[in-house]
Amino acid sequence: MNIEIRNGRVIDPKNSVDRSSSLYVAEGRVAGLGEVPEGFVVDQTIDAAGCIVCPGLIDLGARLNSIEAELAAAVAGGVTSLVVPPDADPPLDEPELADRLVHRGAEIGKARVLPLGALTLGLNGERLSELAGLKKAGCVAFSQANRAVVDTEALLRAMEYATTFGFAIWLQPQDHWLSRNGIAHEGEVSSRLGLAGIPVAAETIAIATIVQLVRDTGCRVHLTRISSAAGIALIQRAHHDGLPITCDIGVHHLLLTENDIGYFDPHARFSPPLRAQNDRLALSDAAATGVAAICSDHTPVGADDKLLPFGEAKAGATGLEVLLPLTLKWAEAEHVDLPTALARITSAPAEVLGLAGGHLAPGAAADICVFDPQAHWQLTPESLQSRGKNSPWLGYMMTGKVKATLVGGRLVYSA
Amino acid sequence: MSPLPNPLPDAEAQCRQLADLIRPQLHHSPALIGIYSGGAWIAERLKELLGLPEDIGLIDVSFYRDDFAEKGLHPQVKPTVIPFDVEGRHLILVDDVLYTGRTTRAALNELFDYGRPASVTLAVLADRGGRELPIGATWCVWNVDLSDGENLVLGRQDDGQLAWRLENA
Amino acid sequence: MHNPQLNKDGELTHLLSIEGLPQRILTQILDTAASFMEVSARDVKKVPLLRGKSVFNLFFENSTRTRTTFEIAAKRLSADVINLDINKSSASKGETLLDTIDNLCAMHANLFVVRHASSGAPYLIAEHLRNIGRDDVHVVNAGDGRHAHPTQGLLDMYTIRHYKKNFSQLRVAIVGDILHSRVARSDIHALTTLGVPEVRAIGPETLLPKHLDKLGVHVFHDMNEGLKDVDVVIMLRLQNERMTGALLPSAGEYFRHYGLTPQKLALAKPDAIVMHPGPMNRGVEIHSAVADGGQAVILPQVTFGIAVRMAVMSIVAGN
Repeated sequence: MNIEIRNGRVIDPKNSVDRSSSLYVAEGRVAGLGEVPEGFVVDQTIDAAGCIVCPGLIDLGARLNSIEAELAAAVAGGVTSLVVPPDADPPLDEPELADRLVHRGAEIGKARVLPLGALTLGLNGERLSELAGLKKAGCVAFSQANRAVVDTEALLRAMEYATTFGFAIWLQPQDHWLSRNGIAHEGEVSSRLGLAGIPVAAETIAIATIVQLVRDTGCRVHLTRISSAAGIALIQRAHHDGLPITCDIGVHHLLLTENDIGYFDPHARFSPPLRAQNDRLALSDAAATGVAAICSDHTPVGADDKLLPFGEAKAGATGLEVLLPLTLKWAEAEHVDLPTALARITSAPAEVLGLAGGHLAPGAAADICVFDPQAHWQLTPESLQSRGKNSPWLGYMMTGKVKATLVGGRLVYSA
Repeated sequence: MSPLPNPLPDAEAQCRQLADLIRPQLHHSPALIGIYSGGAWIAERLKELLGLPEDIGLIDVSFYRDDFAEKGLHPQVKPTVIPFDVEGRHLILVDDVLYTGRTTRAALNELFDYGRPASVTLAVLADRGGRELPIGATWCVWNVDLSDGENLVLGRQDDGQLAWRLENA
Repeated sequence: MHNPQLNKDGELTHLLSIEGLPQRILTQILDTAASFMEVSARDVKKVPLLRGKSVFNLFFENSTRTRTTFEIAAKRLSADVINLDINKSSASKGETLLDTIDNLCAMHANLFVVRHASSGAPYLIAEHLRNIGRDDVHVVNAGDGRHAHPTQGLLDMYTIRHYKKNFSQLRVAIVGDILHSRVARSDIHALTTLGVPEVRAIGPETLLPKHLDKLGVHVFHDMNEGLKDVDVVIMLRLQNERMTGALLPSAGEYFRHYGLTPQKLALAKPDAIVMHPGPMNRGVEIHSAVADGGQAVILPQVTFGIAVRMAVMSIVAGN
């Protein structure tokens, strides 16, 4: 199908494109920008007047509890590829499970599913999974989700093994012992509200350990969901030393702090926890300067598991449909220009993944998001396609609404 | 019932009149109990004027009112203090204004939680009518007509003198 | 953010925490409690205020002591009292906390007295009642996790006011495991709200929350320094069941450094009072000679506690 996306503001951060133009799609790929390609006969026109046309968003963390609803939610949020952590039930530690997931995703035909394989069997942090087999079945990298690997020797061996094959390992840096009893950032709010705290040291000790092991093995590591200023500082040092370490930040951590717990709002329970204002500012700076990519950390949680006392509620919030408006909100508040902000959720994630996508040069796969940056909508349970209605933003107005999403040149969402 | 005079009557003089009405009835050693705040001040006066040796009782009816569901607890509750045994005593309940009768009913309920008095009589300075319960004053010095929006309030001035004032509800 | 404890007229409709309550409401509760002390001294210790109302004691964490005082208080207000001991296993067999609340509301509950192991649980309940439009049902927090025990804080203030009259000149020391103590947090908020100029926390580093200074508290690790010239000493129980990890080597070492002995008490003012929320661990945080001595006001605290709880329940139930 030949598609013309007309009169939008085309922003392609990777290729430094930002202009009013029309975009042309043929045979599932970007055919041209600006001028109608030779021999191009338009089958379908999408009117992008007043809209931004950008690469489809690549979300580095989205849990798919009920895969159909969540993949529909993804494209409703402009997300065309998403990385799935391996901590579903059962954990993704067998090639067959990865195979099934990838196939199911392809069947549904909406957002592209990029599974992370479980680094260890059952995510127990002891025995390695069949990494090569999982890779063959479609896993893009290997991860322990948000569980710590307590046994440092096991982690060292896993990194050595992964390096052998050139595989990347994704780890959430959180020391097991310092975080196992905590439910909130150890700081003013936790002291006042009597909530067991997780100190920043839980993150920095884990990062330091991982960085040292990367120095020794050369393993490619991606650190997920950084939450502290001190953590960012360690990562910047690692970058300075040329280590193959990347990182991402959950979009909620760019906007919220421990103060948003308010009167014990369980919607403000996250893992890692929302930290202090100075942490948030450092995270924001890291995202603005390209030290970190931004992701949604989409975690759908049912009311029965969320509407509980703070310490009992499951951590996490719905993310796929708010990744875009929250990124725009952050960009406006912190005076980050639009192309830079969009880069963090398109080309930067693509780079982390080592994928060819995340941009709109001719020949690229036509994964495209068309959105109205001025459209206001209210976040209510009904407004979400995701089964996860859990959000600290419920009832708030969002700015930025997806009008159309294409994956591989097919229109998979239209508002 | 007479209409409201202007200026309002002298409350201290009315206390003396009330004492004169009660004096013939002192043979069975009654105990005085004043309902906060107006009744308490009047009871103090009566104790002096009648030469009664015993400390007066002070009663706050907040916990016995019948309008808790509508109005909640009064923001300023004072402790009830009954420094004598109620059992078998003749009591004179003292209040400033008798109106619907509900305050008197609440005070009676509270008193009976302390014991079984031999009798209870009611002494008030003013009776403004408008009774909603079958309650009457034994002694009263002033019958007066007020409209619904008007309230007669007994106050204590800086020099300790009691005086009436009119308030709009 | 609206204050979940106050209704739209600014009156107390739930008691969830001392924090966030204006001084006038704390004073109102203490003044009302004084009247209820008088009621408790009568032969007929009942007033009809809550007649026909149902008070449900929802204790998700066991406590016979606290539950009993709430029961006595409610009965002295002529309320019907129903005790529900919901241990965790039966709750986890299906019914969520909010489902339990809905069921009890359908049974015409008027007031919930809630004790829960998780900080914030009573807020969840109050918010839920607001969402389902039941502003005629009230919540009194009988202790949530480490966060607050507001009626204990209030009765501690009543005790201090009874013996010391004026808050504005006092030095008050709180000693012990403040990190895990909801009583301590409530006491700190009450003391600062009522204008106590110097509030001290005394304990080892492992038992004091970070950022105590942000709550207006002076921190001492040396008890001899911390007790100098104080007017009130509040001793906290060493919370064995709440401690996780290696916070203290032994009860013995704790007693040597932080136990209140007659010698240490002598450093405080000669007329200083000694308080304890109970139950006491004799020989761990407090020497028997002090617990049984003339400066201890621990038993009067219990009596004051009933009057304070009567005051709290009467005030919220009427709003």
